[in-house]
Amino acid sequence: MSYLSRSPWILHYDATSCNGCDIEVLACLTPMYDVERFGIINTGNPKHADIFLLTGSVNEQNREVVRNLYDQMPNPKVVVAIGICATSGGVFRECYNVAGGIDKIIPVDVYVPGCAARPESIIDGIVMALGILERKRTEMISGDKGVQPELQQGGKAQ
Amino acid sequence: MISLIGIAVFILLAPVIGGLIAGVDRRISARMQGRVGPPVLQPFYDVGKLFEKEITVANETQRFYAFSYFVFMIFTGALFFSGGNILLVIFALTLAQIFLVLGAYSAYSPYSHVGAERELIQIMAYEPMVILTAVGFYVVTKSFDVATIALFDQPLVLFLPGIFAGFIYILTIKLRKSPFDISTSHHAHQEIVKGVTTEFSGPTLGIIEVTHWYETVFLLGFVYLFFAFSPIIGIIAVILVYLLELVIDNASARVKWQFVMKSSWAIAAIVSVVNLAALYYLRMV
Amino acid sequence: MQLLLFLILGPLITAFFMLLVRSERERDWIVKLSALGIGAVTALLLLTLFDKGLLYYAFAAESTGLLMFFIEMAIAFFILYLGIKYKNYLVVSLILLQSALMLYLEVVYSPAIDVKYTLFIDQFSIIMALIIGIIGGLICVYALGYMRDFHRHNKDIPDRRNIFFFFMFAFLSAMFGLVFSNNLLWVYFFWEITTLCSFLLIGYTKTGEATRNAFTALWMNLLGGVAFALALLYLAIQPAPIMGLNEILASGKAVVLVPVVLIGFAGLTKAAQLPFSSWLVGAMVAPTPVSALLHSSTMVKAGVYILVRLAPVFQATFSGYVLAFIGALTFLIASGIAISQSNAKRVLAYSTIANLGLIVACAGIGTYEAIWAAILLIIFHAISKSLLFLAVGTVEHQIESRDIEDMNGLIMRMPKVAAMMVIGIAGMFLAPFGMLISKWAAIQAFIDAPFGFIFVIILAFGSALTLFFWAKWLGRLLVVTPARENLETRIDLNIWIALISLAGLTAITCFIFPVISGTLIEPFLLQNYGNFARLSQDNIIIMIMMLFLIVLLPLSILLPRRKHRQLKPYMGGMTTNADMSYTGAINIKREMKLSNYYLNSWFGEVKLRRIGIYLCTVLIGIMFIMAVYAGVIA
Ligand code: SF4
Repeated sequence: MSYLSRSPWILHYDATSCNGCDIEVLACLTPMYDVERFGIINTGNPKHADIFLLTGSVNEQNREVVRNLYDQMPNPKVVVAIGICATSGGVFRECYNVAGGIDKIIPVDVYVPGCAARPESIIDGIVMALGILERKRTEMISGDKGVQPELQQGGKAQ
Repeated sequence: MISLIGIAVFILLAPVIGGLIAGVDRRISARMQGRVGPPVLQPFYDVGKLFEKEITVANETQRFYAFSYFVFMIFTGALFFSGGNILLVIFALTLAQIFLVLGAYSAYSPYSHVGAERELIQIMAYEPMVILTAVGFYVVTKSFDVATIALFDQPLVLFLPGIFAGFIYILTIKLRKSPFDISTSHHAHQEIVKGVTTEFSGPTLGIIEVTHWYETVFLLGFVYLFFAFSPIIGIIAVILVYLLELVIDNASARVKWQFVMKSSWAIAAIVSVVNLAALYYLRMV
Repeated sequence: MQLLLFLILGPLITAFFMLLVRSERERDWIVKLSALGIGAVTALLLLTLFDKGLLYYAFAAESTGLLMFFIEMAIAFFILYLGIKYKNYLVVSLILLQSALMLYLEVVYSPAIDVKYTLFIDQFSIIMALIIGIIGGLICVYALGYMRDFHRHNKDIPDRRNIFFFFMFAFLSAMFGLVFSNNLLWVYFFWEITTLCSFLLIGYTKTGEATRNAFTALWMNLLGGVAFALALLYLAIQPAPIMGLNEILASGKAVVLVPVVLIGFAGLTKAAQLPFSSWLVGAMVAPTPVSALLHSSTMVKAGVYILVRLAPVFQATFSGYVLAFIGALTFLIASGIAISQSNAKRVLAYSTIANLGLIVACAGIGTYEAIWAAILLIIFHAISKSLLFLAVGTVEHQIESRDIEDMNGLIMRMPKVAAMMVIGIAGMFLAPFGMLISKWAAIQAFIDAPFGFIFVIILAFGSALTLFFWAKWLGRLLVVTPARENLETRIDLNIWIALISLAGLTAITCFIFPVISGTLIEPFLLQNYGNFARLSQDNIIIMIMMLFLIVLLPLSILLPRRKHRQLKPYMGGMTTNADMSYTGAINIKREMKLSNYYLNSWFGEVKLRRIGIYLCTVLIGIMFIMAVYAGVIA
């Protein structure tokens, strides 16, 4: 096991969340759940983050922002979509301004369903993401690509 | 006067001790907040992780500044622990800090830029007190050499109570603890993201973290000098001082830079004038 | 002796040539050759005389003295004429007073005055000569290219370059005279010449502002001149007139304290200490070579030179401490004001005032350690400051601004000039460069002196302020902006010569500073104080290690390294274009603009200067009262 999975730093971005899922994400940091036990830190800075937590669906205003934040994270990195909105757009998917789930814009590695997603499942999701993070790192080293291919501007993931 | 052993011990052990202090620090902080907290080795995992990440930079020069910061911080500490001239130690420390600030400036990013400005304000805030502490040492021991100061057979803190208090005050700034963590902090979410370190990422950030460990050890060495007459008391005092900083950190909210600046200057001016004047007076009597 | 005369007269001859030249080519060559000549002769001076210690020269003073007196009177008439023409009655009254004093002195007392040695040289004079000769020469070379550009940029200003170079060289000549003269009447004569030259050079452009500031400089320096004249008169009316510098230093403190304090006051005006700081700041309107000359090698250095010379008299007197306190306060306040300035030349001006304050503080304390620090400060300040001025001047012509904010990312647009500016700035405040060594020496000196801890405290706070304004400027230069057009191609060769030499000097002097200290400063101290200060060997080795590190580290950028990816600066997730602009709310395009802190509400110029002027004026009053008390009454 590398150090990566022992020190996952998080970037949390509120796309078009109703704030329900955000509150749950923050609840994970409280003494009740205390994710810092696992070395998880909420950094608030893509350049320091390994895991990208998104809540809410993507709308037309912030699709560029989501992509930009993703690009600014150093590899290896994983994306976790929190809540049903982030997964598929949820109840808002038909809205005129909503583009859909996060995977419309960037590749998502873990989907955490729920409305709102419970802290336990969020933590579960992150732990699952750690495995993927490890895998991506091995790929990064063995592929010797050093750098993962970037998303093309306007391109759609997977 | 330069002891090579001191240098070697510092270079090899300081990151270990510094990292452990950071780990214990996080653990105790968590307990104070009613949490379990991360493993004590967490800081090492963090840095290990950072070195596993892809190298990303905001510009080519950034790595040079981070590296220079690292080198000169080691230089500072090595000079200190080998018993060198304390003023020179302080100058080297300033030089190291300036490299960090320049690295932040170079990124052309609003967050790291504000961080850099605030870091400079911090330096401006604590610098006089650091120099005056060295001056206080000199007035009592007649020497600027750390080696001589450390061998002084009476407790320096008794001669320099005011200066000691002033130094503890600015130590909070130096350790980047609340309420004075205005330019960057160990904690999440700050109004300026991560301030000076915002634009550093991956291994470059790792270097800066390790540099912080070196710095912590060096600063605690400075505290130790006040109690150097007895190693045991000295180490206990250093631990108590650090715990005090932890309590302050967890019990206070961040203040504005104006307050940092004003209060540290006021305190530095008052304690140094009173303390030094008293020493001069005593010497004349 | 021949060398001294050559240095005094050589530049003067060049000056007259400058009046005659017709073409630019001619001027180019004459200036370059004379600069080379002056530099070579000062070097020769160093090589032949550095180990000779103090040498005096007798010189047929009678006729020369008379000639000087007539020139002085001619200058007085000239200033009188200008004063009346521009209706500046302060200047008129000061010059009348001064001339009356000198006339009285000349007519009544001069026959009785006999100074055995008129010229002298010792290690301190050699140092000053090197500064004047080498740095002054380089500035003149720089001026060739600069003034060409200057008149290209400012078409409305009449091209009076002949006069300009005449005064530049006359200035150098006067400075050489000043540092080699032992006879105080001679010192006074050269002193007045520097006042006149600076006045005319500041007013070179003849704009309203320039004229106004030139007159400010004039009246302040004339005030100093009056004090100097009074001092001479005081010395002349003694039963046994004392007119040689050596005699002053040799005689008892009580006798000479009053005139020395008067001369010290003149030094304060010339060194632009508070409350007289405004003339040096105002002098910024002049073309940059003038500022560089005034700030680094001439004029203000004349002020501190005389103070350092007379320091043994100040030592351990109450007046000396007050003088030191004036210097220390000036250091603190001027450093504070510099924080609030965004005009690069004004920052430099205030930094000069601050550093001179430190030198004055050292001179006022007057112990051998303090003088050691003072001389180091003089040397390093001259080199770094001239480099900075010249670099700012060069940048100003290329980017059409002298504002620090406009130098954002200069390293991308003018990499070489920016690098030199970085060297200059680092030289001003960072270890292990010169100014920091000097500050270190100053701390050491203050701490051992009586009442020293007050000065140490002021110094500690003042250096924190200097650190702030230098570092933020440095940061602004080193911002890596998106690639921009390179502006360096148009810079004149003469400018490069001066810049590169000075940048080299800044670095080299740091390396060889132990040698400078050992061969020049320490013998000087030994001779005058019977004791000398120096850094311990260990510390020098460490400093040199640091220097090597600083030199070597930039090479780390060249090391091979793993592949890396470049990220745009973090803007809260906002997508930015190549020029760091972004589309904000309601689709408005916005520029990202970063700017430094100036903390105007704390360090505002008007407020701080007012405080400084009040405090220092009161202190000057105290200084005189104490001098009179100690020198006359007691
Ligand atoms: S999933 Fe539910 S709680 Fe979460 S953002 Fe969507 S609507 Fe809100």
